Amino acid sequence: MGTPKMVVVNKEWCKGCGICVAFCPKNVLELVNEVVCIARSEDCIKCGQCELRCPDFAIYLKEVPENV
Amino acid sequence: MNTSALVKEYFREDKLPHIWCPGCGHGIIMHAVVRAIDNLKLDPEKICIVSGIGCSSRASGYMNFNTLHTTHGRALAFATGVKMANPSLEVLVLTGDGDCSAIGGNHLIHTARRNIDITTIAFNNNIYGMTGGQYSPTTATGDFGTTAPYGNIDKTFDLCNLAKAAGATYVGRSTAYYAKQLTTLVENGIQNKGFSFIEAVSSCPTYYGRKNKKGDAVEMMKSLKDDYIDIKIAEKRPDLAQSKILMGEFYNKPDEEYTEKYQKIIDMLKKESYHA
Ligand SMILES: Cc1ncc(C[n+]2csc(CCOP(=O)(O)OP(=O)(O)O)c2C)c(N)n1
Ligand code: SF4
Ligand code: SF4
Ligand code: SF4
Ligand SMILES: [Mg+2]
Repeated sequence: MGTPKMVVVNKEWCKGCGICVAFCPKNVLELVNEVVCIARSEDCIKCGQCELRCPDFAIYLKEVPENV
Repeated sequence: MNTSALVKEYFREDKLPHIWCPGCGHGIIMHAVVRAIDNLKLDPEKICIVSGIGCSSRASGYMNFNTLHTTHGRALAFATGVKMANPSLEVLVLTGDGDCSAIGGNHLIHTARRNIDITTIAFNNNIYGMTGGQYSPTTATGDFGTTAPYGNIDKTFDLCNLAKAAGATYVGRSTAYYAKQLTTLVENGIQNKGFSFIEAVSSCPTYYGRKNKKGDAVEMMKSLKDDYIDIKIAEKRPDLAQSKILMGEFYNKPDEEYTEKYQKIIDMLKKESYHA
């Protein structure tokens, strides 16, 4: 098992294109006022599809220490 | 390395966010190129990124390597100069369909013909994005642009066939949707000692999408998924390939490289003048 990860967003860079929302296989993401929002983080399978396809480097998986 | 670390390592963070429109495919392609560089563990000091003019060509301004943002269509000519002057540099050209196949079409065929060790990544969005949506040599026949208000009557260039016919020794195509495959093609292209041409199919929702009723950024991204099929799958299952565009590695045939040939002449003449 690798280090646990969580999906994080850089709202300053998000342009609200909706690509991550459309291609997330678990319907985790939503656009709220044209900015991405992690609406159902508990459903996230950390597949990295959002990170791969965001044209603006605004969403990615971040490693989180286990005890947090 | 995740995106955040990649940005810190290889981008000019103070220049971000980039100016590309929401959902423009160019950002995904630039990301894929940098991932390829990171995967190969290349020394950033030994990389030179050269671009022309266009939305795509702005990529060089965001990337933290030796960079050269040149004039429209001439990226390959400048890159040839860089590589001839310093063959130890890994030279990458980031260009657009207009930049490399319209105004710069001649440079493309002759750079390919020489098989000089340059890796070209052509961001092909089938339009001149930067100047407002004029048709380009890769705009499909019948499609619309500001300069083709009744539909484009030109035939379309297949950039990969063009590069291969002209002498490129590594040729492949992928799309912004298939970003992982695109990364692999760029890695292979960089590793080929010779002229490599990677067509990275992009999307311009702002002009091409709107003019041609191709939908928004998401719809265009779906087309970059559904309209393409890998050549290996297509060979096995021609039934699946009907009305799809081929992608993948098309050509990989290393040949003698230009700066090495040139070096041989230098070495020969040095020897001759020594004996004279
Ligand atoms: C010599 C010259 N001619 C024309 C232009 C205007 N011009 C700037 S970018 C461009 C086309 C860009 O298209 P492409 O290379 O496909 O890039 P994109 O914007 O689509 O990414 C043109 C015609 C110019 N800057 N210089
Ligand atoms: S990592 Fe995968 S599941 Fe999680 S938000 Fe991104 S695309 Fe959705
Ligand atoms: S893909 Fe990127 S820019 Fe587009 S909505 Fe998602 S986070 Fe924002
Ligand atoms: S005009 Fe088109 S190519 Fe240029 S940034 Fe906007 S979407 Fe991208
Ligand atoms: Mg273009």
